[in-house]
Amino acid sequence: MENKSRRSFVKKLGVSVGAAGLVGGSSLLSSCNQVETASGDTIKLLTSSGELVEVNKAQLKPADMPSLTENQKRGRKGLPGRKFVMVIDLSKCRNARECMKGCQKHHQLRPEQHHINVLQMQDAEHTAPYYMPKPCQHCDNPPCTKVCPVNATFKREDGIVLIDNERCIGCRFCIAACPYSARVFNWFEPRDAEKYEGVTYNIEANVPQKKGTISKCLFSADRLRDGKLPTCVSSCPNGVYWFGDQNEDAVTNGTTHETTSFSKLIKDNAAYTLMEELGTKPRVYYLPPKDRAFPFQGEIEDHHS
Amino acid sequence: MEKTKSPEESRKLLDKITFDLTRSIVKRDELTRFWYFILVMFAAVGLWGWFIQIRDGLGVTGMRDYVSWGMYIANFVFFVAVSLIGFLISSSLQLLKISWSKPISRVAEQIAIAAVALAGIIIVMDMGRPDRFLNVFLHGRFASPIIWDVTVVTTYLTISVLLYYIPLIPDLALLRDRGGDDIPKWKMQLYKILALGWKGNDKQYKLVAHSMRVLMILILPVGLSIHTVTSWLFAATLRSGWDTTIFGPYFVAGAFVAGAAAVVILMFAYRVRYRLGEYFEDLHFDYMGKLLVFVCLVYLYFNINEFWVPAYKMKTAEGIHLRTLFTGSYAPMFWSAQMLGLILPILLMLFRFFRKPLPLTIISVFVLIASWLKRYIIVVPTLEHPFLPVQNVPDYFKHYSPTSIEIMITIFSFMAALLIITVLAKMFPVITIWEYAEEKGIDKEILAEPKK
Repeated sequence: MENKSRRSFVKKLGVSVGAAGLVGGSSLLSSCNQVETASGDTIKLLTSSGELVEVNKAQLKPADMPSLTENQKRGRKGLPGRKFVMVIDLSKCRNARECMKGCQKHHQLRPEQHHINVLQMQDAEHTAPYYMPKPCQHCDNPPCTKVCPVNATFKREDGIVLIDNERCIGCRFCIAACPYSARVFNWFEPRDAEKYEGVTYNIEANVPQKKGTISKCLFSADRLRDGKLPTCVSSCPNGVYWFGDQNEDAVTNGTTHETTSFSKLIKDNAAYTLMEELGTKPRVYYLPPKDRAFPFQGEIEDHHS
Repeated sequence: MEKTKSPEESRKLLDKITFDLTRSIVKRDELTRFWYFILVMFAAVGLWGWFIQIRDGLGVTGMRDYVSWGMYIANFVFFVAVSLIGFLISSSLQLLKISWSKPISRVAEQIAIAAVALAGIIIVMDMGRPDRFLNVFLHGRFASPIIWDVTVVTTYLTISVLLYYIPLIPDLALLRDRGGDDIPKWKMQLYKILALGWKGNDKQYKLVAHSMRVLMILILPVGLSIHTVTSWLFAATLRSGWDTTIFGPYFVAGAFVAGAAAVVILMFAYRVRYRLGEYFEDLHFDYMGKLLVFVCLVYLYFNINEFWVPAYKMKTAEGIHLRTLFTGSYAPMFWSAQMLGLILPILLMLFRFFRKPLPLTIISVFVLIASWLKRYIIVVPTLEHPFLPVQNVPDYFKHYSPTSIEIMITIFSFMAALLIITVLAKMFPVITIWEYAEEKGIDKEILAEPKK
């Protein structure tokens, strides 16, 4: 009797300490999705960063999770008054790929599926090679949303191009239309499909992924709603990414948390957009790979497969 | 049209025509059963492939994130192309009062119906979520070329079925009234229902002629749209190789080539199998050969424009695309399609000998295969060369090759199309009897006479 209660006390303590750490760390519980009820007092939870954790049931308070239709509705509308913009500083990238890892975890992607892909680039035969992270460009004139037959991909007021995988019919016209190869398809059951079973679909993270539908970078719209920077921006150890709101004319560096004027940043550094000649009007700006902080290592892959 | 014959002569001739043209309906032998068995078996295997694809995901195909359209889409374009022959032969040529094409128009219409019906099915088989097909109607966005395609494909199918059925009504009545005892009872029953109580008076014939005219005119814009819109599925994107303004007419011209070849092959099959040499005469093959040369020349002209103009400039992305076609991994397919499917046939068919039934049919087989390969070349290589490098993915993402599931499903589409054509040929005469009889100078009143 005594023995049993002590054991349960120890167990409780451990769980509480663990859970407290998690809560303190990044207020995880508010964005937790219930995955599976374990026998006894603990429950398995999937955090918004894609980790599976076990916490005491007693520690739980109901999270603010809107219903599917509510989620889809607000997901289509976007955040009012915002105009999100990303600046990628190519002189800082050294191919650490933390952005890719964080992104794949967040969005339930297989290792070969990339919402963001760090490419090894070489513009002309004798020019210097460099690393170029390539997310969805969130074009203001998006070729992908134009061709969608069912309005499953759409442009929001805040500039983000989103996907509703509850509606997508899997025709893949958007993949053909995108000149940036930004879109991926769920050719099979998505990674860890069984873990995510029964989880309410969050349109702003496109999680859980669904077999036979499209996915792509969403600027971590779910995190933006919580006032956080996108996963890739926060994961970068090298200060490559600036992210912010064009309306406020402010962007914040994901590594240094320094905030600066967006217009000044792109002006001073001669920023450009990718393939601007196509008229897609990207919302992702690149700062040229001049005075690179890290040398290019490795061999450049054949440019066109 | 020949001079009106005497009633006695007319009756005798009509009996012979009816006898010949119902041979396909009456004939039931081992070969027919075997043919049905082959078609149904392969089609069933294909359907099994589709079941596996639905169960496991589109990943069972060779398609991946870069080459995300493959054999299915190429095959879809091919079927849409073949279906366009209905528009050319049973509408354009008829409106131009080119009388030699009359006996061929039902053959063309059979092909049109089978091909466009299968095109619709293939596109559903290419979908990642075929269970959500209704979303196309529930949430359809009219800015998407896919919605235009769905609209014109269904319209074209409807008009084609009507173009097939309306001139069939007098034939059905004729079979109902004069059909031989060797026609199975259930078929006779069906004719009776489908003949809609046709009496064969002038008013009814006028009605048929009038509605046919309306349909023939209606199908002109629809037929032109169906393949133009299909070409826009590609031309509406920014990809090098697809981003071109001539895709519409280029596709339409190519469609006539594929369809004319298909008509020649089917005509030959009927001629041999149902001993219809007197109906599908050498003359018809000769004219079809000339028509094929003509549409091939038009298509060649578009090909020169499509490949020569960008090849002269060799812009970065276009250059990479063209090099893979001209000298790279797709060169064997590209050159054999162009040479064996276009240039050599043009040269050969200029000679009268090669427009004879058998040589023309052999040439048409080559042309048809090349037409299919050409669609494959239009769809796949462009996707293998996006603007940005393909990196950080497994090697099999970089080059597309179809899997056995894809091949099974593609075979299904061919078998199902042939099955539709076979059923039509076994159910209804392959040539319009009353039109043919009229051509031969048989009075309409004789057609309406019941059998003695």
